[in-house]
Amino acid sequence: MKLKHTALIGAAVAGLLATGHAAAQEQFIGLPSYRVGPFGANGASLYGGWIDYMAMINARDGGINGVKLTWEECETEYNNARGVECYERLKTKGATGNTVFQPLSTGITYSVLEKVAQDKIPMVTIGYGRTDAADGRVFPWVFPMISTYWTQASAIINYLGTKEGGIDKLKGKKIGLLYHDSAYGKESHAILDKLAAKHGFTVEKIAVANPGNEQQAQWLQIRQMKPDYVILWGWGVMNPTALRTAAKTGYSRDKIVGVWWSGSEEDTIPAGDAAKGYTAAGFNVAGTNYPVVQEIQKHVYAKNAGNMADKDRVGSVLYNRGVVHGIITVEAIRKAQEKYGKGKPVTGEQARWGFENLDIDNARLTQLGAAGFMPDLKITCADHEGAGKVKFQQWDGTKWKVVTDWIQGDQSVVRPMIEESAAAYAKEKGITPRDCSKES
Amino acid sequence: MLYREAGQFKVSYQEDQQIFPIRQDRVGFIAILGFFFLAVPLVASEYWLQAILIPVLIFSLAAIGLNILTGYAGQLSLGSAAFMAVGAFGAYNFMLRVDGMPFLVALAIGGLCAAVVGVAFGLPSLRIKGFYLAVATLAAQFFIVWALVKFPWFSNNSSSGVISAQQIEILGFAFDTPVSKYLLTLGIVAVLALAAKNLVRSTTGRSWMAVRDMDVAAEVIGIRPMFAKLSAFAVSSFYCGVAGALYAYAYLGTVEPEGFNLDLSFKILFMIIIGGVGSIMGSFLGAAFIVLLPIFLNVAMHALFAGSMPAGLGSNLELIIFGGLIIFFLIVEPHGLARLWQIGKEKLRLWPFPH
Repeated sequence: MKLKHTALIGAAVAGLLATGHAAAQEQFIGLPSYRVGPFGANGASLYGGWIDYMAMINARDGGINGVKLTWEECETEYNNARGVECYERLKTKGATGNTVFQPLSTGITYSVLEKVAQDKIPMVTIGYGRTDAADGRVFPWVFPMISTYWTQASAIINYLGTKEGGIDKLKGKKIGLLYHDSAYGKESHAILDKLAAKHGFTVEKIAVANPGNEQQAQWLQIRQMKPDYVILWGWGVMNPTALRTAAKTGYSRDKIVGVWWSGSEEDTIPAGDAAKGYTAAGFNVAGTNYPVVQEIQKHVYAKNAGNMADKDRVGSVLYNRGVVHGIITVEAIRKAQEKYGKGKPVTGEQARWGFENLDIDNARLTQLGAAGFMPDLKITCADHEGAGKVKFQQWDGTKWKVVTDWIQGDQSVVRPMIEESAAAYAKEKGITPRDCSKES
Repeated sequence: MLYREAGQFKVSYQEDQQIFPIRQDRVGFIAILGFFFLAVPLVASEYWLQAILIPVLIFSLAAIGLNILTGYAGQLSLGSAAFMAVGAFGAYNFMLRVDGMPFLVALAIGGLCAAVVGVAFGLPSLRIKGFYLAVATLAAQFFIVWALVKFPWFSNNSSSGVISAQQIEILGFAFDTPVSKYLLTLGIVAVLALAAKNLVRSTTGRSWMAVRDMDVAAEVIGIRPMFAKLSAFAVSSFYCGVAGALYAYAYLGTVEPEGFNLDLSFKILFMIIIGGVGSIMGSFLGAAFIVLLPIFLNVAMHALFAGSMPAGLGSNLELIIFGGLIIFFLIVEPHGLARLWQIGKEKLRLWPFPH
């Protein structure tokens, strides 16, 4: 057995060496993807969209200023230990090492949070991960972009306010919060308590234990409490179950608002008719009628080179979210090239500068074919969140329909919380926050 | 031939009772220790240390813990990951709340916290057996993870329940490089594994095995089942707890309660089943197998079929091959990898003239 094991290890080394090559003028991006495991279907859509966007950039523009994008996937199974292994495996590949690490898993984000600073690789966590990392002074290497959980919670309240005809009308209302009983679900508590105190509504928190495929008791409780709205802070199988059980207990789906991890086709289609009328937040929208998605179809799928096995899922919420990941990654590299030399691959440290100085305004979004597809985004040294706004989409039984414009979260509430939490982290870890006026 | 012990006379009780009575074993053991303590830090890359060797060592320790309980004392447990969580959060809280707490002491206290919790959840073992006990420990698994999320005190009021381990420092020396963390982990694991090896052949270990083989008979010959079972729970949970603390401090740095979920418990159970139930060495082999094989398959798949097959198919194939290999090994050798090594040893004894 000993011998067999040595042979195994030897073969693994050989495999590592064989794949570790890359020519110059290539920008390597390591993809810690997951295509099996409990969230395999989500991972396949997300990473599929991201890979397709990069393939489109290579096919249409010949890369970024002539630098071809290369990538390699590493299966994490949404498992922290595997994610760390992937991080270590990918970090030295390519001519300049891994450009950026985006694990699409909060657990893996936490596991490599300190390693990325040591290895000088930026970590971008769009719509998940550590919320207080939005304070770039304490977390220079982490970018929880577009919108954090807290901003989202605040934007949902603002949306409910507009539905009522003014945020002050929320006074005295009762809002139910059906949350996944985990670290992820509990992210909602502190911010909603604060907003409840500010706007004078009450929050009824109802926990659903993982995985959440049985919610009879919770919805009976909701029926007794008669909340004016229910915020669905769910995950995986919990979402369709919530919608089905709501239908069974007679709670109107018009009054349920989901977060972005509850607002994909994977959440509504399994619920069937019960999902009709349900609204969910999202920092990107669904649909193929955006130029950027059509370009992907023209340059990638028309040549049979697409990453998605099921082409019908192109244009789904999660696929488009992957495209957003692609856009942000490519734009940051482009920005870094402007400073450090066009047509040359950038290092992780240079890419970090690119992310920190990212400025995708509406004009640029139109050029990219993504106007209305994702919000405009401006990252600064202090603010690693950028946009802080979401759109709301309603499920009409077959597809998502955008029902609002971009709705901003209440930064006057969220930002102090982020800074307070980041300061506590800095104190615990002995980090001196950067002075942003000295950054270039 | 290689393993012939002819001519090795034991002339004192001390010689007769040493951990490795055969000279070849002693030499081999020292050679292995020398290799991992001296040679590996010189040649291994950061990737090998951080992503492969440290987790294998930590999971080996957890597997030893479960092996003491399941393999030696015969009490099936599905709560190993939860006891790891107790160890991690215990060590974290003592480091946080006691000024100047030495790391090794915090590690031991983390283990002791886990031992106390383990004994509490081991109490049902006095009345129930087998699968029913497994269900009781399953309760421990869910309860502990739930409690760590529910009460923010455990994670120092972190909004998401995540803790981030403090810097490891022993006598002013900061363990912050992969090599130093590896050596620290290896040292702790080596000491504890030797202690376990010694423990299972002591009176305590023999009483565990007696209870495992037939508890009524054990009681008749004067072994107290309560003490034997609860001590097995305590020692086992202590090992898991220390492994959990190392998992947080030496490996990941930041952990969340959900990281210690039922999947991890099952993984540790698979490690001892594949490695060998009732074998300290089997714990190491099993941990290496379960941690390394999926990574090896992933690397091999990329090397062989990169680009020529859909990515999703590759990931699924890995799981299929992994599962297939587990079944293959269990059919070929139901007693685990440790048993294969034992058979090899028997063969080497006669080699090259088998009869």
